[in-house]
Amino acid sequence: MSAAATLDAAKIGPHARVPVLDVRDLSVEFRTRSGLVRALEQVSLAVHRGECVGVVGESGSGKSVTAYAVMRLLDAAGRVTAGDVRFSGIDLLAASDADIADLRGREMSMIFQNPRAALNPIRPVGRQIADVLIRHGGVTRDQAPDRAVQLLAEVGIPDPRRRAHAYPFELSGGMCQRIGIALALACRPALLIADEPTTGLDVTTQAVIMDLVTTLARERGMATVLITHDLGLATEYCDRIVVMHAGHVVESAPTAEIFATPRHPYTAKLIAATPRPGVPLSGLVSIPGNLPDLRATNLAPCRFLARCDRAHADCAVPPLLRQEEEGRMVACRHPL
Amino acid sequence: MLGVTVRRLAAALPTLVGVVIVTFLLTRALPGDPAAYFAGPAATQQAIAEIRAKLGLDQPLPVQFLDYVQDLLRGDLGLSITTGQPVLHELTTRLPASAELTLLGLLFAGSVGITLGVLAALKQNSWLDNLCRVVATLGVSLPTFFTGLLLIYVFYYLLGWAPAPLGRLDAFASPPPHVTGFYLIDSLLAGDLETFRSALAQIVLPAITLGIFAVAPIARITRGSMLAVMGSDFIRAARGHGLSGRTVVVAYALRNALLPVVTTLGMVFSFLLGANVLVEKVFAWPGIGSYAVEALIASDYAPVQGFVMTMGVLYVLLNLMIDLLYQVIDPRVRLEA
Repeated sequence: MSAAATLDAAKIGPHARVPVLDVRDLSVEFRTRSGLVRALEQVSLAVHRGECVGVVGESGSGKSVTAYAVMRLLDAAGRVTAGDVRFSGIDLLAASDADIADLRGREMSMIFQNPRAALNPIRPVGRQIADVLIRHGGVTRDQAPDRAVQLLAEVGIPDPRRRAHAYPFELSGGMCQRIGIALALACRPALLIADEPTTGLDVTTQAVIMDLVTTLARERGMATVLITHDLGLATEYCDRIVVMHAGHVVESAPTAEIFATPRHPYTAKLIAATPRPGVPLSGLVSIPGNLPDLRATNLAPCRFLARCDRAHADCAVPPLLRQEEEGRMVACRHPL
Repeated sequence: MLGVTVRRLAAALPTLVGVVIVTFLLTRALPGDPAAYFAGPAATQQAIAEIRAKLGLDQPLPVQFLDYVQDLLRGDLGLSITTGQPVLHELTTRLPASAELTLLGLLFAGSVGITLGVLAALKQNSWLDNLCRVVATLGVSLPTFFTGLLLIYVFYYLLGWAPAPLGRLDAFASPPPHVTGFYLIDSLLAGDLETFRSALAQIVLPAITLGIFAVAPIARITRGSMLAVMGSDFIRAARGHGLSGRTVVVAYALRNALLPVVTTLGMVFSFLLGANVLVEKVFAWPGIGSYAVEALIASDYAPVQGFVMTMGVLYVLLNLMIDLLYQVIDPRVRLEA
């Protein structure tokens, strides 16, 4: 049975309450010249239909690697060593390349960071959208250009008929990001992974782009994963927040709760470092230290240990303790 | 496009002026006295002096140069002392032979080199990648005249697959009616398959000899450029949108990867124009390369100057074509132009 058929069965079957995306204990390693990098360790997260989950963490915490692992877009050097990724019940890690290619862009889509670099520099943007439509959308070659123009209009691009013939270098960063959104949403996917969709855009454009993504997601009941280093952005748009640090999920909870009662010391520091109303910029506290070197063979079970001011002696004793209660999870022996 | 063409041609004029000056000076600086050579070994001093006066070689250099430029402006490249024929006429009759050979060699090198390079990049470190590396090394290290002789030895002498390396057609065939001067095209235009087959059989070995030399740089640049493009963000994104492997490789990756390859093609082509000289000698090819070598040995100034001029013009036209091709492939260049 093809992946698409399985998917339809899953949509209408008795498993309707299964999460659209269910990642469990995902571990990813990269073989590099300077040694093995344990980029992800036992990462778990779930996204339901219509839900928006924010994945938050500083650069290098493994947010994008998680997204690429889910989309099966890891570099040749990257390898999933353990875990389970299910999309509407389909085992994504076991599916054939052809099935994955059928799902990508049609059922699960991604908005890539750095909008301009994610577009083919020497192909008109309208044609790039048409390429995706022809591949998945059941439109003919003749209909595709018109449908592409329609999609450009939907993401708020003025004069879409003319812009369809433009090349990425002729468009602004915000325009390119709109094209990226149009590409990702062209086939009305069930899951959208937006990887830093607003980095490099000015604040006004950021808000416009985010409103666009969330509106379209809500209209279509999409499950959305918003990857960002900006906790403020995530709080504004997400139902749940997953905090990542050095390849671990350190805390995951509903947005309101995580803000009111952060339980992991890293989350608390992240909140203290995020600008918010009523707090002067001088009141922000930066997080000391850097991410640990993930190539090290003697990594502590808690990868935040070296930066943590609440460290106890037993924090260095494996395994890392993940405590779950009432829809919250915290990976800490001595939570706040 | 037309505006660019005109501007680039205008920009090429100083280059051509330079070519004229340098070739004139170089031929005068060469050892050997054309008058003595022309007069023959038994000639007296007086006879040689008479010939020198007749050829205008007794004049001071600036005067000789002015004469030369005036003739050039009238489209007169002078007479060959050895054959007595106008140089322009001989060059134009021989140029198609060289051009056909070089273009076919380039076609061979381009198709083999790009294919090898793409496959090597897609299957990094596989046997194909290694083969690509071996071909690349061999192609550059073997001199063309050696490859030529080796191919003749194997395919003509040992296997008997190829005809004798004696020019553009076998002895019993007659050339097709002149349209382009390219026998392969002219014979097809005339609907003469017999001549086409004969011309093709004759040109295959020299074209491959010429092309093998160029496979290496093309394959290596294609491989490197393809690897770089395949690792870029937009290829990951294209795969992320579910585009099929073929669309990703051909329509997305290869077209982007071709930009540096086109530049290399241009350099390789001028390379081939030079390598032509030796290959034409080995295969008795009646092109401008062998003509120039003979003239050079005979200290025959006019054909050598004519040859270098032709090469200069070809080179300018070639670079123009590369520029235009660039604009077709890369929309970003159009903006700058």
